[in-house]
Parts: sequence; structure tokens; C-alpha cells
Amino acid sequence: MKYATYLLIGTFFGIVMYKSEAASWFRIYEMFQFGSFHMYGIIGSALAIGIVGVQIIKRKNLKAINRQEMQLTPKKTSFFRYAIGGLIFGMGWALAGACPGPMYVLAGAGYFSILIVIAGALLGTFVYGILREKLPH
Amino acid sequence: MKQTNNSLKYKNLNFIYQPWPWYVAGPLIALTMFALLFMGKQFGMSSNLRTMCTVAGAGKVNSFFNIDWKKERWNLMVVLGSVLGGFFASQFLSDNTVQINPEVANQLSQEYNIHSAGSSYLPTELFAVENLSDPFVLALLILGGFMVGFGARYAGGCTSGHAISGLSNLQLPSLIAVIGFFVGGLFMVHILFPLIFS
Repeated sequence: MKYATYLLIGTFFGIVMYKSEAASWFRIYEMFQFGSFHMYGIIGSALAIGIVGVQIIKRKNLKAINRQEMQLTPKKTSFFRYAIGGLIFGMGWALAGACPGPMYVLAGAGYFSILIVIAGALLGTFVYGILREKLPH
Repeated sequence: MKQTNNSLKYKNLNFIYQPWPWYVAGPLIALTMFALLFMGKQFGMSSNLRTMCTVAGAGKVNSFFNIDWKKERWNLMVVLGSVLGGFFASQFLSDNTVQINPEVANQLSQEYNIHSAGSSYLPTELFAVENLSDPFVLALLILGGFMVGFGARYAGGCTSGHAISGLSNLQLPSLIAVIGFFVGGLFMVHILFPLIFS
């Protein structure tokens, strides 16, 4: 039953990504060309509501289902991993025109070339795992 | 009379196929994040790539992949849902074209020979299956994917994990990562694209 809920949340997310065109290479390119407010509006409004909601969760000490704690643990502080990792991710995001969520959405939409991008992403994740100890974090 | 009905029907269909504006999409993404928080989980799509490596047996090669992937099954269900959502939206809710700023579309066409803006959802020049036999296109897709996978794991998250979840929780690491995302993207589009596509 729980898995059905996650499936439903994922389906909802997939429809939003596709219908908002956030899964389109063209929209990502346009964003980095400052050609439209669209992508900034999507990320910005999601974030504005996200910040308000998380503040409410914290102040009212709201709990998840079954009275579990909300998963809002802070990330470990460091600089290099976020800066360098972020730069590499951003370059891939612009080149492939897709981040990890939309990749799966596009696979479902039948753009089979995206499977090559997903394979590349799996390979990149695997290589990171191997090199992790040698990289500055 | 019949004609009026038809054109009305056509109008309604057009309405269904219209892309959702940012002020609809953004709040719905926030809703996705809150739904997962309420379920006791966190919104982040790139950790699935690690889970899939683990499922494929990467734990035998490297300890980074020695995770209990069964605990991550919920997130794989979110992935499966995203695939279904993409199928459903593309089949029934979209005419599968994307209209971008005409100036940007024009520039893509003139400088990079990408003419499909406005007539497809992804540039056919890069994503049409028949172009996979072109080594340049193949290399480009693999490299783009590689950097997304490598970078997301190095930075500990992607757009959903850092730009939405992390920044919503006002985390400095996520701000550093998101600035990195944008600087990397701008560098790719403005400095490297002219070299790659020349």
C-alpha cells in the first residue's frame, strides 16, 4: 500500500515535469540563455513555498505519518564537494538538457535516446564511487 | 452547428495540451516535496542512481555501493512513477512540442544547426534515435549523462535534492551546490557549446 503511494507521488511528479516542460532540453538551454522567466519561475516558486512550508513544519514541530520525525537533517558542511560537484553537474545538466528526475520522465515519454544519458549517469555515479577517496571533499 | 461543436471540442483539447505555466508547476513541485516529507522521506532524485548501481552489483567493486538498497525501494517506486507520469503526459496531455523564446530558437538554428525548437519536445538533432549511429551525438549524450551522475553524487544531490529540498531548509551547502549548478551550466552553454558545436 505504501509503495502505491510512492508510485502515485512519482506519477504526479512526472506529469508536472513533462507538462511544465522542465523536462525539455530546449527549456534548460533557454534558461541558461536568460531567454525566459519560465524555469526561474518554476524553481523560484517551488522554493518560496518550500521555505515557508519547512519553517511551519519546524516551528509547529509537525511530524510525518506514524509520528516519525521529518527528514530535515542538515547536510555536512564543506565547500569543495558542493562547489566542484555542482559545477560538473551543471555542465552535464546544460549538455544533456536533463537532470535526474526528468531523465526518467523522458524515458517514459518514449525518447529512447535518453536511455543513453541514463546509462552515462549510472556510469558517472559508479566512477564517483571508485574515485571518492581521492577527490577533495 | 456540428462545426461549432467540433471547434469547441478542438479548443478544449488545445487547452489540455497547453503547457503548465511556472506558477502552477512550481507549487506542485513543492507539493511533491511535502508529500514525501509527510511520508517520512526526502525529495531527491539522484540517489536512485547510486541505488541502481548497488542493485546491479557495484557493491562487490566498491564499498560506496554497499548499501541496503531494500531501504531505498520507496525511491525506486518514485522513479517508476515518474516513468509512468512521462508516458501518461506525453500520450494524453501534450502535443509534444515546446515553444521557447523565438530569439533563442533562432540563435539555436543559426549557430548550432538545431532547427527543431517549436516542433518537438527535445531537439531531434540530438535525441532522434536514428542519430544514435552518429558518434558525435552518442558521445555527447554519454558525456552529458556522465557529468550529471558524477556531479550529482560528488555534490551530494541534484536539482531536486539541493535546489528544492536543501534550499527550502535554508542549508548553506545546498546554496553552494546550486550556485555551482548555474555557473557550470552557464559555462557549458556560453563557453563550451561554441567549441563543441562548431
